[in-house]
Amino acid sequence: MSLVARYLEAHGVPTVIIGSALDIVEHCAVPRFLFVDFPLGNPCGKPWDRAMQRRIVEQGLHLFETATTAQTTVHSQEAWGDDDWRRRYMEVTDANRAELARQGEALRAQRAVRERRS
Amino acid sequence: MGSDRDSEHRQAAVSYMRRTHEYYDAQGFEHRYRYAHHEDAPFTPLSKPLTDCSLALITTASLHERAPLAPRSVASGSTRTPPDRLFTDDLSWDKQATHTDDLESFCPIGHLADLADAGVIGALAPRFHCAPTEYSQRATLDQDAPEILRRIREDAADIALLVPL
Repeated sequence: MSLVARYLEAHGVPTVIIGSALDIVEHCAVPRFLFVDFPLGNPCGKPWDRAMQRRIVEQGLHLFETATTAQTTVHSQEAWGDDDWRRRYMEVTDANRAELARQGEALRAQRAVRERRS
Repeated sequence: MGSDRDSEHRQAAVSYMRRTHEYYDAQGFEHRYRYAHHEDAPFTPLSKPLTDCSLALITTASLHERAPLAPRSVASGSTRTPPDRLFTDDLSWDKQATHTDDLESFCPIGHLADLADAGVIGALAPRFHCAPTEYSQRATLDQDAPEILRRIREDAADIALLVPL
């Protein structure tokens, strides 16, 4: 999505990204970015929290007018609540290492079948 | 803009690139995904006040459920009669911590329509666009981004809000 923002901006369309993967978006370098530090999936606010969502969307729109240079990142002050998700997302531990290796084998086998068919 | 708090945020933020590499390493994949990288970015200032701008909304969610091998292409839906839901199962997001049952939490068509009614933006463009991502950076740049630009111009939208899941 960051690449799309860069493309649009280079062709004269000002853009804002609202997103939750700070490192990935900044690695790509984008014009304007509102960083919302939530689990991936709900960058515009917690599900069903209409007031929070409205604040986040408004803050994103505000960036169109306030950013004066490319690679402007603004951090939303909205909070998700608990922090357990930070540790758990795509976590690799001794408890799941063998299962992940097995999943990888299965995925590669599926791909090999697809490639033989195509 | 609260730089001390920003620096705290930066330290707390999940390192998704590192986390993803470690996860796929554990699955035994040898080739690491190379995240797109640039040192600088283009910048186009607004040519008129936000209150006069028509805004196009772009999401990474899909309009329809997608079969694993189905070709991916840009799709657009109506913002006047928005869908009840969009499809996100094939995307990488935190399926343990949350859900995508509430469209407004990742594709805020309703909020933007309200903000257009309130005069914060000039208008919400008649279509929102679904960008197929997470596959080929070349396809994104050669096919999808130009197609989205074409549709944005067709709708006479001035600015774009992009919300990746």
